[in-house]
Amino acid sequence: MSSSASSASTTAHPPGTHLAHHFQTPAQQFEAAVQGMWLFLATEILLFGGLFCIYAVFRANNPEVFEYAHRYLSKSLGAINTVVLLCSSFTIAAGVRCAQLGRSRQSATLLGLTLLCGLVFLGIKYVEYQHKWKEGLLWGHHYRPEHEASTSLHAPPEAGTADTPTTASPLADPDAPLATAPAPTPTDPDAPSATFAPPALAPPGLRGATAPLPELTGAQRVHNVQTFFGVYFLLTGLHALHVLVGLGLIVWVALRTLGGAFSPLYFTPVAMVALYWHLVDLIWIYLFPLLYLIH
Amino acid sequence: MTTINPALPADQPPAASVPLNYLTERRGWLSWLVTIDHKRIGVMYLVSILTAFLLGGIFAILVRTELLGPSKTIVTADTYNQFFTLHGAIMIFLVIIPSIPAALGNFVLPIMLGAKDLAFPRLNLLSYYLYVLGAVLAVVSIVMGSVDTGWTFYPPYAIDPTHARFGGVIPVLLGVFVLGFSSIFTGLNFIVTIHKLRPPGMGWFRLPLFLWSLYATSIIQVLATPVLGVTVLLLILERALRFGIFHPGLGGDPLLYQHFFWFYSHPAVYIMILPAMGVISELISVFSRKHIFGYHFIAFSSIAIAVFGFFVWGHHMFVSGQSPLVTVLFSLLTYSVSIPSAVKVFNWLATLRGGSISLKTPMLYALGFIFMFGIGGLTGLFLGALATDVHLHDTYFVVAHFHYVMMGGALIALLGGLHYWWPKITGRMYSETWGRLAFVLIFVGFNVTFFPQFIMGSHGMPRRYFNYPPEFASLHQLSTLGSYVMGIGFVLVAGYLLHALFRGRIAPANPWGGATLEWQCASPPPTENFATPPVAGDPYDFSDLEYDPAVGGYVVRTSGAAGANT
Amino acid sequence: MIGGLLAQATTLPSVAPGGRSFWLPPRAEGAAAQADAVFYFIYWVSLFFFILIVALMVYFVIRYRRRVEGERPVGGAAHNTRLEITWSIIPLILVVIMFYLGFRGYMDLVNPPAGAMDIHVLAQKWSWNFTYPNGHDDPELHLPAGRDVRLVLTSNDVVHSFYVPAFRKKCDAVPGRYTYLWFREPQPGEYLALCAEYCGTGHSDMLTRVVVHDPADFEKWLAQASDPFRTRSYAEVGRLLVARKCASCHSVDGRAGVGPTFKRLYGHPVRLQDGTTVTADENYIRDSILYPARQVVAGYSPVMPTFRGQLKDREITALIEYLKELAGHPDQQEP
Repeated sequence: MSSSASSASTTAHPPGTHLAHHFQTPAQQFEAAVQGMWLFLATEILLFGGLFCIYAVFRANNPEVFEYAHRYLSKSLGAINTVVLLCSSFTIAAGVRCAQLGRSRQSATLLGLTLLCGLVFLGIKYVEYQHKWKEGLLWGHHYRPEHEASTSLHAPPEAGTADTPTTASPLADPDAPLATAPAPTPTDPDAPSATFAPPALAPPGLRGATAPLPELTGAQRVHNVQTFFGVYFLLTGLHALHVLVGLGLIVWVALRTLGGAFSPLYFTPVAMVALYWHLVDLIWIYLFPLLYLIH
Repeated sequence: MTTINPALPADQPPAASVPLNYLTERRGWLSWLVTIDHKRIGVMYLVSILTAFLLGGIFAILVRTELLGPSKTIVTADTYNQFFTLHGAIMIFLVIIPSIPAALGNFVLPIMLGAKDLAFPRLNLLSYYLYVLGAVLAVVSIVMGSVDTGWTFYPPYAIDPTHARFGGVIPVLLGVFVLGFSSIFTGLNFIVTIHKLRPPGMGWFRLPLFLWSLYATSIIQVLATPVLGVTVLLLILERALRFGIFHPGLGGDPLLYQHFFWFYSHPAVYIMILPAMGVISELISVFSRKHIFGYHFIAFSSIAIAVFGFFVWGHHMFVSGQSPLVTVLFSLLTYSVSIPSAVKVFNWLATLRGGSISLKTPMLYALGFIFMFGIGGLTGLFLGALATDVHLHDTYFVVAHFHYVMMGGALIALLGGLHYWWPKITGRMYSETWGRLAFVLIFVGFNVTFFPQFIMGSHGMPRRYFNYPPEFASLHQLSTLGSYVMGIGFVLVAGYLLHALFRGRIAPANPWGGATLEWQCASPPPTENFATPPVAGDPYDFSDLEYDPAVGGYVVRTSGAAGANT
Repeated sequence: MIGGLLAQATTLPSVAPGGRSFWLPPRAEGAAAQADAVFYFIYWVSLFFFILIVALMVYFVIRYRRRVEGERPVGGAAHNTRLEITWSIIPLILVVIMFYLGFRGYMDLVNPPAGAMDIHVLAQKWSWNFTYPNGHDDPELHLPAGRDVRLVLTSNDVVHSFYVPAFRKKCDAVPGRYTYLWFREPQPGEYLALCAEYCGTGHSDMLTRVVVHDPADFEKWLAQASDPFRTRSYAEVGRLLVARKCASCHSVDGRAGVGPTFKRLYGHPVRLQDGTTVTADENYIRDSILYPARQVVAGYSPVMPTFRGQLKDREITALIEYLKELAGHPDQQEP
């Protein structure tokens, strides 16, 4: 720390306020911390905003993919997670209030409850992820579903060659112009991505290629289902990472609370961690309907 | 007016005991590595950024040397492609984006504001270490090789797994991600500092324009950089795990990447230029000893540029296949950003009129900025118009345009600011003669390097070309010659500045006659900047300052009103 | 009034008929003149303001130079609202005009007329392929003069961009979608076409010609190009194909390139990346063309794109015949 603390400010430094040398009053310091934290939360919103944007683009271009694939998700588990996080937001807010009132033990207890809720959330997420992994419901190339979604959307098409139009998606394309070209064989799924059949005539815009993927057979009804899972894992994965970081922060402030570091004069870290945790909760509130409750 | 802190003997001759300042108060490597003093952090940034500039500059010289001949001259195509990629990535992420805010802003902002430090000093140190980490990752990527995607990392090429499977692309993307956070935290720090740590009397419209520009820059840093973060994260996942967001074969869309990338990277160029314009406002005013003209317009124009800059990213994608409607919208919005920039230039000219103009080195850089930013900005008009952009996009015309604004603009302003605040930072003066000579070499060399590139571009010479049609050979050779001249100029700058560090004349507190608060404390300042918060006045009112030849600098006029607010 | 401005810009001596000027190469397409006119409008406006700014700057620096350190300046007002508004409004008007002129040219660009001939363009690393209405594939773009042509572009691998400086036109070729570009009444001649979106090692070698024929000659060319077998032996056709489709990466004279040389390839042993050795027979060559990732030669990168769907079986046979010739093989086929 700076050696100039003694010569620095002429204002009194009340003990226990942790007033830094470059601030005039504890209130000024606290306001600065709050402002800084809100700015940081703004950056987090923009970070997730990018992913929500990707969600919007993919869903707008392939609504049938999202409608179909979300059936693989368990609404009840998602709902439980939502309730759990809402509760945890309450407990941490109460914890801040207790810290503000100087009730350290209650504050630590409430932080502990928040931690518990967070762990339940992560536990449920682990269950969901494990299910997806087992069922082959992953992104990109790794999407190899063991079973179809619970409700089939369309009559199964004939098992056929690449130039049989699928009856599935209403946006399925007519025969690709080079349909007579032999499709890439399934034995080299990792063929250089340099090549794939030119797209069928598609309207301009952000629609991806609708050429069938090499390793999928004619039993696939809706094209490009893996894009949903790519978006799903991106959104929930980044969110889960933030939950994990949040849990670490909660442990840290809880330990400091037990150590007597906070008082009505100084409880800034608890308040800041709570702000962060509220954002993490808020993001999930958006994720849940967007991923689990698609109509 | 502003009060001098009487405790600081700024103008004692060197023979007397040197007063303690931020450089000398604590000694040793460790005291620097764990410092939270914004001045020391600024100096560390300065050294790191100039080192990165050297590295990026070496790549530039290699690129230009290869282009002496229409076919292979010194390296293969693959190596050349890595050269221009690394040149771009280093210069943009390790040099220009952090440069003025991190190296000069960190040092100057609190003092100019009248504060003792930034709002979050430890976050500031973290920002610096993130910068170092990003730089290390960049070096790792150079060593691992195969970073030949262009600094824009467009998929599918950047995610093609058959090429450079374990090359340096992921490390450099990680480096960019980390550098993004360095930038975000710096911006966050600046915003809270300007909001919360102003001294009594420093209302918003008493802020020096350099601080307005840093404020506007910080807004962009905080709002735009996260999008870069998520973009490179997606690219890494795409490359490592084949996520399928951008690859058409997996249901993705390459254009989505371009939209995401440019949503950050266009505001990023305003991160580069706004602080530069702030520096120029200071230099023009001080070296004309005249109040800046149109203070309010300049302040608002910085905010306007920051805001409008978020709405124009699609002008990098006019021929990409995006829809005609958005193409037209982006063209119209692009022109909106040109007006605030033009207004600043006119205000600077009006400041010069009726001033007392001194052609010291910082002022030469400021005038050079007006010349080169003028060309750079005006050539942007060609690129904003759709009919002409279809011809000029992805040619050397674009390369010349952005070098004129980024290098002829932002880098020149960095050099100007460095020469301006050098006495304050180091306590020494440099040689004016060498400073002016080096400026002339840099100015002439720069124009000889980049002006021919406009001609090449409008004649159809595409960018990122290893081989080129022989008809462009003489223009390329001229351009390369200019780059060597410019390089010599930079070497000279390094030389005389290093010499000044050890043998320069001791600097007075206020060698140039600036009226902003940093000139009220000693050169170099003490660690806590000010013992008591100074009182703010008009930062462009020079009437109280007079030149004292005994000191070699300016002092507050002692005859007449003392101390109190005016 | 806008039309008048444009007309004036077009008749300025720097924009001569034929189009070559200090800044711009000759032009050979119907809509290029308008693009050039916009260019020169912006140019003259910019030049005027630049000279004004620099002249004022130099004048002020000389007139108001500091003679004594510390002297008081003449001074002046620190702001003048009316002036500041004026010099905001005037540039605004000028740039709106620039936008409008650019917009008009662009609207023309994105609205191809109904009767335009369609040619499909396929970009890949690192060559172009043009498919004509009769199904013929060619590495060069041949057009009939005076007729509107619409290009439908896509890519096989990464983003490329098709650029013809003489036409002042370019458009990205994006994998997974189609993009469009059209030319109005191109003029006879030969022009350079380049790739204008960085795509890797061979980006700067991805050149091709745009050849604009007189209309009757175009039909003749198309007929002859469509069936090269009519007048040539298999090996000759193979030689042409190699020159057009393979030569950017494979030499025929033994020189090393991005890919192995074709000289003395056929019938000889080839060492593969996995350590095995195979003989370069007909099947090996065919597989290398259609499934290039399966058997990569040792010491080379797996960057060869596939030609599935681009080469007909007959053409593959022709290639093999030519390779036999390069290896000096006795039993070559005849058509």
